[in-house]
Amino acid sequence: MQSQENKPQNSLLAWIDARYPLVSTWNLHVGQYYAPKNFNFWYFFGSLALLVLVNQILTGVWLTMSFKPSAAEAFNSVEYIMRDVEWGWLIRYLHSTGASAFFIVIYLHMMRGLLYGSYKNPRELIWLIGMLLFLVLMAEAFMGYLLPWGQMSFWGAQVIISLFGAIPVIGPDLAVWIRGDFVISDATLNRFFALHVIALPLVLIILVFMHIVALHQVGSNNPDGVEIKKYKNDQGLPIDGIPFHPYYSVKDLFGTSVFLFFFAMVVFYMPEGGGYFLEKPNFEPANPLKTPDHIAPVWYFTPFYAVLRAVPDKLLGVVAMGAAIAVLFTLPWLDRCKVKSIRYRGASYKVLLAMLVVSFVVLGWLGTQPATPELTKLARIFTATYFLFFIILPFTSVSERTKPVPERVS
Amino acid sequence: MSSNEQQEVKNLTRRKVLTAATGVVGAAGATFLAVPFVSSWQPSEKAKAAGAPVEADLSQLQPGQMLTISWRGKPVWIVKRTPRMLELLPSINADLRDPMSEASDQPAYCQNEYRSTREEILVVIGVCTHLGCAPLYRPAENSADMAEGWKGGFFCPCHGSTYDLAGRVFQGVPAPKNLEVPPYRYLSDSVIRVGEDPEEGVA
Repeated sequence: MQSQENKPQNSLLAWIDARYPLVSTWNLHVGQYYAPKNFNFWYFFGSLALLVLVNQILTGVWLTMSFKPSAAEAFNSVEYIMRDVEWGWLIRYLHSTGASAFFIVIYLHMMRGLLYGSYKNPRELIWLIGMLLFLVLMAEAFMGYLLPWGQMSFWGAQVIISLFGAIPVIGPDLAVWIRGDFVISDATLNRFFALHVIALPLVLIILVFMHIVALHQVGSNNPDGVEIKKYKNDQGLPIDGIPFHPYYSVKDLFGTSVFLFFFAMVVFYMPEGGGYFLEKPNFEPANPLKTPDHIAPVWYFTPFYAVLRAVPDKLLGVVAMGAAIAVLFTLPWLDRCKVKSIRYRGASYKVLLAMLVVSFVVLGWLGTQPATPELTKLARIFTATYFLFFIILPFTSVSERTKPVPERVS
Repeated sequence: MSSNEQQEVKNLTRRKVLTAATGVVGAAGATFLAVPFVSSWQPSEKAKAAGAPVEADLSQLQPGQMLTISWRGKPVWIVKRTPRMLELLPSINADLRDPMSEASDQPAYCQNEYRSTREEILVVIGVCTHLGCAPLYRPAENSADMAEGWKGGFFCPCHGSTYDLAGRVFQGVPAPKNLEVPPYRYLSDSVIRVGEDPEEGVA
């Protein structure tokens, strides 16, 4: 059985396989990639992220066919896509909803890692590559948001680029260099377009490739956090593993259907996502002389934005925001508990993780609200508890009262 | 060691030296090659040239009213302050981060109590010194949407920074400096030119 699978019977396949490692690559990553048999709901989000990436690339390429990357024409060309281009509205809404869907899926994907310790030995590199992906995705989303050249596009970019201006000594020159002008202008829009449609997507695709290669090198983690490679049958296959195809390909097909149901609901019935996916001020063309009365970044940046606003100092605010993201990179080394899955971890980790999740969600909400003194106080408290997770974790995780971990997946 | 093996070691060493030498020279070359790519992100000559002074007629400006004009793509505010506004300014010095504008940006001729050449006319660049938003004009005392005891000024909607009616920043907000004052001069009683220093003895 085994040997037959590696030798294609089909003569065309045999011809290709003599010249290109088609069958072996397929088997390595799909046909004979053995994944733990106990994947649950949380394991949909990796494949869904890939699906959304394909959606963004496909719709993105089509949008560039009608979009004009210049300050004079950008806003109107988006309106043109919405009103005059055949099915333009659908392609644009698929792209704009896809951006938010991307972050929903990615945040849940990261949450899975936190729940089941997927960032731990031997998967630290998968986590690091994943964090790089997250960073590039944020840059990609930010640059994409400038392109429609609405009020929120303009002022959002103004604030984010000014963040670089807070760096001592080189800051102001750096901000001018990024903008290519002394203010956000046509030059900024044009280069963001180039980065958004060519440079960053290329980086994203390469990182996704590396993320998957690294994953398949060490094998998938699972809700029990035990290594399935420890127990193999006489053919050298993990007893608790099942081939990705057809078992998980079919499971992911189900996940995809459910996801597309909700995705289509947003695209067709609430494409603005209640003002969170497409913000109201962005239906007004950019006006460099007037900031909208209330500006907030798109929802997926608001937790970090709330951290920035919580600190009453320009440089320290930027440092705190940067640290809120950077600290996630170090998680595999901050968490010193050997037990991976939350199922068998001590109460301290459960309490800390709950604190982190609550802080993140509350900060996300605060970032969408105006900066009143009361809310700023609240933002300071939750910024503190967000960082507290990372400060306390190295100490509690050493002597955590864990439960016995089963030898095999349950 | 056979002569064949010796030959191979020699070949390998030679190739290592060649690779290292090419690597060093190549790296230097790559650094030079990076210059045009990095520099092409700088403002173009066209962007640098766009910075001509702009003029505004203030004869229709009422006390308490603000006029916004665009200079170098940035909003410049011209506010005609009322006597009451000017009277309140010194009373809030204690709440300000830089009441004397020592660490802020303005032409020397505007580093004074009112941060202006003419007492009643304030001219500032309407760009928050925090992260570059355009703050909102809240001139009224005890403005409904401001904190209690508000004596008039500017409020940045982005991150809650506040400035008084001389563009001076309050304490406890993220903005580090007072609003920048551009160079400007009066061409006549009612016409102002922003972007140009006054000639000697005119002001």
